[in-house]
Amino acid sequence: MSWILTIFVIIPVLMLFGLWMARNDNQVRGVMATGATVLLAAAIWLTIYFVQQRNAGNNDAMLLANSVTWFAPLHIDFAVGVDGISTVMILLSAIIVFTGTFASWQLEPMKKEYFLWFVLLSSGVFGFFISTDMFTMFMFYEVALIPMYLLIGVWGTGPKEYSAMKLTLMLMGGSSLLILGILGIYYFTGATTMDVSKLASLHMDVTAQKVFFPFVFIGFGVLGALFPFHTWSPDGHASAPTAVSMLHAGVLMKLGGYGCLRIAMFIMPDGLAMWAPFFLVLTCISVVYGALSACVQTDLKYINAYSSVSHCGMVLFALLMMTQTAITGAILQMLSHGLMTALFFAVIGMIYHRCGTRDVRQLGGLMKIIPFLAVAYVVAGLANLGLPGFSGFVAEMTIFVGSFENGGMFHRVATIIACTSIVITAVYILRVVGKILYQAVPNKKFFELHDATWDERVAVGGLIFCVAGLGLCPLFFQDIIVNAVKPIFNTIIANAPAVSALANM
Amino acid sequence: MNYTDFLKMIPEAVLTAILVITFICDFASARQTERKWMNPLVSVMFAALTVVCLLPMAPVHAFGDMYVTSSAVNVIKAILAFGSLIVVLQSRSWAEASGKEGEFYMLLTSTLLGMFVMVSAGNFLMFFLGLEMASVPLATMVAFDMKRNESAEGAAKFILTATFSSGVMLYGISFIYGACGTLYFDDVRHTLMTVIASGDLTKVFLPVMGLVFFFSGLGFKISLVPFHFWTADTYQGAPTTVTGYLSVISKGAAAFTLLSILFNVFTPMDRYWHVLLMIVVVLSITVANLFAIRQGELKRFMAFSSISQAGYIMLAAIGDKWPTSVSALSYYILVYVVANMAVFSIISVVEQNNGGKTDIDDYNGFYQTNPKLSFLMTLAMFSLGGIPPFAGMFSKFFVFMAGVDGSDIHTTMGAWSYAVVFIALLNTVISLYYYLKIVKAMYIKHNDNPLPTFNSDNNTKFALALCTTGILLFGICSYVYDWISMAA
Repeated sequence: MSWILTIFVIIPVLMLFGLWMARNDNQVRGVMATGATVLLAAAIWLTIYFVQQRNAGNNDAMLLANSVTWFAPLHIDFAVGVDGISTVMILLSAIIVFTGTFASWQLEPMKKEYFLWFVLLSSGVFGFFISTDMFTMFMFYEVALIPMYLLIGVWGTGPKEYSAMKLTLMLMGGSSLLILGILGIYYFTGATTMDVSKLASLHMDVTAQKVFFPFVFIGFGVLGALFPFHTWSPDGHASAPTAVSMLHAGVLMKLGGYGCLRIAMFIMPDGLAMWAPFFLVLTCISVVYGALSACVQTDLKYINAYSSVSHCGMVLFALLMMTQTAITGAILQMLSHGLMTALFFAVIGMIYHRCGTRDVRQLGGLMKIIPFLAVAYVVAGLANLGLPGFSGFVAEMTIFVGSFENGGMFHRVATIIACTSIVITAVYILRVVGKILYQAVPNKKFFELHDATWDERVAVGGLIFCVAGLGLCPLFFQDIIVNAVKPIFNTIIANAPAVSALANM
Repeated sequence: MNYTDFLKMIPEAVLTAILVITFICDFASARQTERKWMNPLVSVMFAALTVVCLLPMAPVHAFGDMYVTSSAVNVIKAILAFGSLIVVLQSRSWAEASGKEGEFYMLLTSTLLGMFVMVSAGNFLMFFLGLEMASVPLATMVAFDMKRNESAEGAAKFILTATFSSGVMLYGISFIYGACGTLYFDDVRHTLMTVIASGDLTKVFLPVMGLVFFFSGLGFKISLVPFHFWTADTYQGAPTTVTGYLSVISKGAAAFTLLSILFNVFTPMDRYWHVLLMIVVVLSITVANLFAIRQGELKRFMAFSSISQAGYIMLAAIGDKWPTSVSALSYYILVYVVANMAVFSIISVVEQNNGGKTDIDDYNGFYQTNPKLSFLMTLAMFSLGGIPPFAGMFSKFFVFMAGVDGSDIHTTMGAWSYAVVFIALLNTVISLYYYLKIVKAMYIKHNDNPLPTFNSDNNTKFALALCTTGILLFGICSYVYDWISMAA
């Protein structure tokens, strides 16, 4: 039982073997469908088990924790464990992998190779979320990054070579900052461990915290689309094949926020106190600038990519607000954005597959031709602009309420500025919905299009179910998350009085 | 002289035996057909050598401390032997085509013998003897393709630089002798300690100059910037097998020796060589990376890549702690051996099967025709670029760890160590760019006329299997690193 978490890495590895052996497309599909379903089942089981344990009064910080010494001389362990945040993130990843598999059901050419890299990517994602050891986390983080290069470079569209290289290099640049941060944390806590929770309980040298905090925060922030390091995101998403966009925007970008909270803020609260205002300004720019940029784009994927910059910026923004509610909101936003943006990219990919264009100006009247996909697009859009009943509302509401709890003038102003993005989001979503779904059909050929096939319906339907589910019963997830945020938040406050001053300004 | 001391030099004795056996066999088999079993024989003997080096051996002091080994030295010998085994395995078809396999294996064995002597030297003269024993046959190996002008040119460049650097090094050694009155490593260290402690600048000057010249001499061998000018031409001109050997084995042995001498002989002068090393490491990594981007010929490209990798290898020596530094360095060399030999094996088979094609553009669309080879090449490139879960990421990370071990950002030197590691880290991004260029050529670039499908010979397959196993397992299985760090 104690090693049960490693199934999230073992299953993808088995899937890799299965794909390696597969001789034709149907076997590839079989392996993928089975593996993704098992992963999803395991994630659901984990969530239920987690809630049961908490209800039964098990208050360990990490459940199912276990570790084995890996590189003894360097104090590197292979350590796993989950708290509420990682549990919901694993669930999110499993959902996206499952739906992503069906969204790329008809992908051509080289299905087998595509899924090999796809599975390697997902193994990195799962590994990252189950790890509690800094080195292991970092390793899985990079495992998740590199398959993107080939996935975009080989199977992408448009200027794919450029986008793939840009994305890979920027993210790897981020991870090289991260390595320096990890080394700093390891040596300046004087620790004989790389376990994140243990490191957080040791007091890291204050000067070192101030030096290394920006390295770790930017290192993860690049993946979380922190302005001005977000430029890989629009190009990368626009060129990526559908399922890769889904997985990337849905899950990978969440690694950024998760890492910022779990490593940068948790271990280096004094660094946080010093750097928070600076990064708050950057995230504010991310939020508003992302939304404004989305307004002027004409490519559906670019619109959604900039929207992701805005929404992921909101995650980092909320984290830096340093109130418990805001941090909870940030995690909820990661979950909600992951689901709805995956839905968005899935639908956009399917529309593109049919119409051969993603240009808003050349699309129109889709509601008459492909109603299922059009309705799905509307749902994704409404969730994105935060309509009550969908997940976006719950997350953004929590974030802004939490941010406003922080009484400092600076924080209030920042909150107000960030709030404007809600309005701007409505502008770019409704503009596009009106333009491409209604009005006259501009192209005669569009009348011959057929609506979603069964595999596409599985992907889209599943995601709509999740988006609505999170919107309608948010408390279930909120409880899990609050439960995990509380100890982290308390540790940060306890270790750095400066932060609590910041939080109560 | 105590002749029983010869019995203590077990790895060297085995190598000498290999040399003699190869010589006799070559002598006895005049016809081409009779030499078919030459490569298997040598391979088996090198495998045996690797096993012998892996056996636990007690530290040895022989010939009045001329020959000194420690467990770290035994580890590096095992790594070098393993690397040479891979070289021998993948050299078969090329060596047979050249018709001079006997000579080739003899030369290879004698260079390795030289390196073994070099890494286990306890005296500057012994060290120099080993170094020369390694370089001179290497030049012959570079010139092995007699009919190709580039091969001769590469050899000329190599032998000239080798001689020049040996001269510079001897000059440095003579300074050290002048300052210390001895050439034994331990005695030099003790004398230097008193010299440095005295704080007398006129006395410090001589050993510092000695250090600088000595460092430059070895810098040529490891091809660190600014001593790297011979590298690209020699690597391009030499037969691919020999290039592989040069880039991993010869470089690894020299790097280990440099680290060991800096830490164990020039110990009292660490603030001098730390500065020197930091400058050279930053230059090597950065300059070589910038040049590698522009290369269109794969072997030249790998030459610059290997210069930058040498920078990463020496990064381990920036740290203050001998155990972490030496284990990180040896581990890096081991991982580098498997990854780089995989690349060179593939270049070699492609070259042999396609009339000497070694341009990067020739590899466009390689995946369509040779999916397995290009997949292995991808793994090797990822490992060289430091991508997990392949071994390269672990070795890079450990080198970075070693580089800042014991450094304190509150002090100037400590802050500089972090700065150097940071620059090295940023350079990993550049290096990833050019390693991905190869991957891009194979997978993404379109080519109407890709290299035709071919089958590589069994020996190459076996060598590649060894390399791939190493790339996949040396990182994840921590036993390898444990074994190395236990010896440190």
